[in-house]
Amino acid sequence: MQPAISKEHKIRQMKSSRFSLGTTLMYIALTAWSLTTIYPLFWVVNNSFKVSNDVINSSFSLSLKPVLVNYTTAFDRINLGKSYINSLIMSGGTVLLVLLFGGLAAYVLARFTFKAKRPIFSLLYATLLIPAFATVVPVYEILIKTSLVNTYWGLILPHTAGNLTFATLVIAGYMSTIAKELEEAAFIDGCNRWQMFVKIFFPVSRPAFASVSIFVFLWSYNDLFSALIFVNKESVRPIVALLSQISSQYGTDFGLMATAVTLTVIPILIVYLFISKFIEKGLTEGAIKG
Amino acid sequence: MKGDRKYILIFLFPMAALMSIFLYYPFFKSLYLSFYRTKGFFDKKFIGWDNYERLVSDKLLGAATLHTLELMLYVLIFQVGISLILATMVDNISKFQRFFRSVFFFPVVISGTAISLLFVLFYNYNFGLLNGILTGLGLEKVLWLSESTALKAIAVPTVWHYVGFYFVLFLTAMSKIPADYYDAGKIEGINGFKKMTKLTIPLILSDIKVVITLAITGTLKVFEFVWVISRAQNNTDVLGTYIYKKALVDQNFGYGSTIAIYMVVLGVILALLANRLLKSDEITY
Repeated sequence: MQPAISKEHKIRQMKSSRFSLGTTLMYIALTAWSLTTIYPLFWVVNNSFKVSNDVINSSFSLSLKPVLVNYTTAFDRINLGKSYINSLIMSGGTVLLVLLFGGLAAYVLARFTFKAKRPIFSLLYATLLIPAFATVVPVYEILIKTSLVNTYWGLILPHTAGNLTFATLVIAGYMSTIAKELEEAAFIDGCNRWQMFVKIFFPVSRPAFASVSIFVFLWSYNDLFSALIFVNKESVRPIVALLSQISSQYGTDFGLMATAVTLTVIPILIVYLFISKFIEKGLTEGAIKG
Repeated sequence: MKGDRKYILIFLFPMAALMSIFLYYPFFKSLYLSFYRTKGFFDKKFIGWDNYERLVSDKLLGAATLHTLELMLYVLIFQVGISLILATMVDNISKFQRFFRSVFFFPVVISGTAISLLFVLFYNYNFGLLNGILTGLGLEKVLWLSESTALKAIAVPTVWHYVGFYFVLFLTAMSKIPADYYDAGKIEGINGFKKMTKLTIPLILSDIKVVITLAITGTLKVFEFVWVISRAQNNTDVLGTYIYKKALVDQNFGYGSTIAIYMVVLGVILALLANRLLKSDEITY
């Protein structure tokens, strides 16, 4: 016994002394990468408080006397506020529809037994192979024929359809792990399937719903391609399309560009910092298992 | 349960309807349109395989495909590589794990458009961040978006954007590896770099496969970075921007659909190929 213990002890000691150098190097490398993710954001926020001339001449210096001229321009001249609202309505609407329809479908696929289940799963997986490029023209045609193009629904409906597979798979993965006893207890209490969904499966699967809503919101909020095609009129234009517009129209007003980037990014970052816990949880429990 | 049939139908109906209208029908419609010459939405003429013949001889499409593949190469090497290395490091440290997790994920939540604008500001010849650093060091300014470097310049934000996403996926996979494996490795004297190549990577190979598949299909969809940073000029056209120009700027729906079908086929082939290649790796371990 004795030698074995001392040997193990020796290994541990050796390891800890070796690791101190290795660990230091790792911390240095990790800090370096985190600088690449933090500094650019700081740079752009910092420059958003300068007039264009100062951005050109001294983009690195700290803006000690911040000016708000870019912000007033952003809201007055290019109506950024309106685009914020458009983005919120369309991406928020997409999230709500995806959660409702995806949740219901996931509930059926995870907790019911019926013959068509396997083919339905195959059909779901097949949609993952269809990129937006392969559907955009006919969808555009449908939207024109139903005069939904350049309305909020013109983006909400395609986005909902496009994100349903992801949502259904993640939520179904989570729901299939819920104990059967809960369901039986609810059945004895006289719940029907709808009540069971609302009162049990929805609340219990909250982490899955939360992570799905974050990702669907991000993907919808950030999707330039669909936005440029389906909703590129000023009254319904979401923030990404406006950003693209600003870069081509005001490409030389660097202060204004920095402000536009700041205004798009900061709300999302703040929300992210509050809910980052859910993202990791959702990814752990859903996406990978898919 | 009694009456389940009714609920199955009701609960699945909204999803089935939306997917049929906005995914399946348009996909088959694209397939159908790829055999037509179109003018606008309503004037079309059946032309058989003509669009596909044009596809084969389209030099611009060939260039766009090559650019996409070049971008894909950078993504596979650097994006997957960096995220794997970062995840291994974070998995091996004890402090600040949460901090690094949060900070590395920052770029993922930012839209590609905003990141592109950010890099437009970096690459700008006269005042950009990079040339600012160069003049600070007393060096010559560089034209970052010239014909020979523009695609590489675009690859940088493309890679940087999603490193955090794959990092989290890898870290999650690594946290599932039972500690016994590492303990056994420790006794064998496997540490540091060897531990990563001999233990961690083989154990999470299935997750690496998922990430590689996601990276391949993701790169085929690249659009914003090219569209905003170089306006798809200077030899940077990728498949995403090319199809946008053909189908929506030129309103050539027939040929645009043909390109779309080509992209789906290309994506499926590349994904299958990647999975096949990795499978043979798995046996050797």
